[in-house]
Amino acid sequence: MAKGDPGVSTRGRRAVPRSRKGATGDPELVQLLTPEGERIESVTGPDGTEYRVDFTDEEYRSFYRDLVLVRKLDAEATALQRQGELGLWASLLGQEAAQVGSGRALRTQDMAFPTYREHGVLYCRGIDPIMPLGLFRGVDQGGWDPNEFKFNMYTIVIGAQTLHATGYAMGITMDGKTGTDEGEAVIAYFGDGATSQGDVNEAFVWASVFNAPMVFFCQNNQYAISEPLERQTRIPLYRRAAGFGFPGIRVDGNDVLASYAVTRHALDNARHGQGPSLIEAYTYRMGAHTTSDDPTRYRIASEVEAWQAKDPIARMKTFLIKQKIAGDDFFAEVDEQAKRESVHLRERVLEMPNPEPNSMFDHVYPNGSPLVDQQRAQFTQYLESFEGSAH
Amino acid sequence: MATETLTLGKALNAGMRKALENDPKVVIMGEDVGKLGGVFRITDGLQKDFGDQRVIDTPLAESGIIGTAVGLAIRGYRPVCEIQFDGFVYPAYDQIVSQVAKMHYRSRGKLKIPMVIRIPFGGGIGAVEHHSESPEAYFSHTPGLKVATCANPQDAYVMIQQAIASDDPIVFLEPKRRYWEKGPVEVDQPLPEAYPLQAARVARPGTDATLIAYGPMVRTCLDAATAAAEDGRELEVIDLRTLAPLDLGQVYESVRRTGRAIVVHEAPSNIGLGAEVAARITEECFYSLESPVLRVTGYDIPYPASRVEEEYLPDLDRVLDAVDRTFGW
Repeated sequence: MAKGDPGVSTRGRRAVPRSRKGATGDPELVQLLTPEGERIESVTGPDGTEYRVDFTDEEYRSFYRDLVLVRKLDAEATALQRQGELGLWASLLGQEAAQVGSGRALRTQDMAFPTYREHGVLYCRGIDPIMPLGLFRGVDQGGWDPNEFKFNMYTIVIGAQTLHATGYAMGITMDGKTGTDEGEAVIAYFGDGATSQGDVNEAFVWASVFNAPMVFFCQNNQYAISEPLERQTRIPLYRRAAGFGFPGIRVDGNDVLASYAVTRHALDNARHGQGPSLIEAYTYRMGAHTTSDDPTRYRIASEVEAWQAKDPIARMKTFLIKQKIAGDDFFAEVDEQAKRESVHLRERVLEMPNPEPNSMFDHVYPNGSPLVDQQRAQFTQYLESFEGSAH
Repeated sequence: MATETLTLGKALNAGMRKALENDPKVVIMGEDVGKLGGVFRITDGLQKDFGDQRVIDTPLAESGIIGTAVGLAIRGYRPVCEIQFDGFVYPAYDQIVSQVAKMHYRSRGKLKIPMVIRIPFGGGIGAVEHHSESPEAYFSHTPGLKVATCANPQDAYVMIQQAIASDDPIVFLEPKRRYWEKGPVEVDQPLPEAYPLQAARVARPGTDATLIAYGPMVRTCLDAATAAAEDGRELEVIDLRTLAPLDLGQVYESVRRTGRAIVVHEAPSNIGLGAEVAARITEECFYSLESPVLRVTGYDIPYPASRVEEEYLPDLDRVLDAVDRTFGW
């Protein structure tokens, strides 16, 4: 079975019976925009939910703009790492639609718990894209205020944040903030590799038995560094939800419209008190795991090419052109904006000051610690001992 | 001032009850803490009086308890998590050391995790394996965590309330074999006037040698001091109370007077709290020492089968033996 096929094969046997029908091709995959840029009016999910979007031309264009911008900023960050300006970068290349679609589906009052690759969601939450670069440059460990932007710190320990998200969602219930259109919901991001983690499975259990208002958003990008999906699962990931007692659905993660529709529906269910759900956004990590990785050691070029044909931005552009929603002027203007913002990003990264050495002693404890205070004082004295010397 | 006689366990229960009354954001969560009142009954009656949204029976997964409590803390709650036994905390170890301990630091102070992680610890109750361990060094070694332990009902009552009121994440170790020991508790002393949480205290004054202990071993050292007094030796006993950060000012003052120091704990000696205390006494009191700082601890073996735990655990005789050795130097 070819990599990139939405079914999961185990030992050469197709684990999931599939029938092809209609334009979506795959009844297990919610898709509203095909790789060829064809719009599908609506799709009925396995539980009878009808997924559709109805955007204005301006809104369609803004989705495209976000996709292009996050890809360009991401490429700039990769370049900055290559030039030694960042210690590391985890690229989102290929996953723009899953992130922009789900990120824009969040309402203002919703809270997001990201991994370390959710630069597109971060962008949609209105956070300055410079913020995660501080972490990867090594000048801080994430600079934004999670409560101000309703977007938590990046979490590097795989899957740990899904429990934080679940606890936060339990708090929403305890605060009585579900059951209305103004209700709050939580989205937890994680990847296919994380589904093997105990914490993620514990989060599923907790969310289920406490009926937490949350959405588990799994970007299945087919790889956990080098390990393919088959090393994590024998069944499609979205089906795991059934065992935990809540709905699971698979969406074309390279389709920004379907990603939006499915996420918005799941979040609205959660905010109305209908409990958690799992979304598996089926996508592909076009680049390396991080800039330290070499994917040529574990996957073949033809597989990457096959996914290239499903590119999330190309299909959106085709759609906009075919439907005469946007023309050359618009695309040129978006490219120009992306270029401008990436240059601006680069300039600001280069100007990021190193932290004062003494600041490493800050914020260890809300109430401080005599031990830390003592070591800070000793360190300061030590530094001062060099003042006036040749060093 | 009203004084009641309570067991250490009941004093913890009364302290948590007060915290639940005083702050609607305090929630208690753990395995069996609700209807059952905990396997040691430390949360007895709290769910009945405060409801199952405040006293939450969780699924059986320690990482889940701590991880969801992190989310509740970000949401503005003050979770008090119970880990049922010392030996069961390890599935939560990652959440504690990588998430709870670091969240305030990583966020440059924007996120606080005002969490208390209660763990019954130590041996001496004839339990099966994984129920008698002393994991305090793991947590004391982790920057961002504070670690405290109580040794008597009065401290249990006050310190658990102080820990819950603190914005710092605190691992609160309860000496399970002392749960049933009784003592006087001043129940209406205002919290701000109480003896501070992060401070050691002289449990018994003396002049000839200094015994340094915490949690379950404070009682053992006090008994040893009583016995030594019959032999004409006056031992000072210091209850550390806070293990991270250590508060050693009174220890230094004491050792400068006595010239002799012995650290006592149940945990194995290698890289234990005793090693840190001994190193710091040596740095601060070098010219006052009449003998090396000695340690009386559990051995560097897995906690043994309960029929030999009395041999493994420091007791009155082993403490007095060390006292003899420090005078024989």
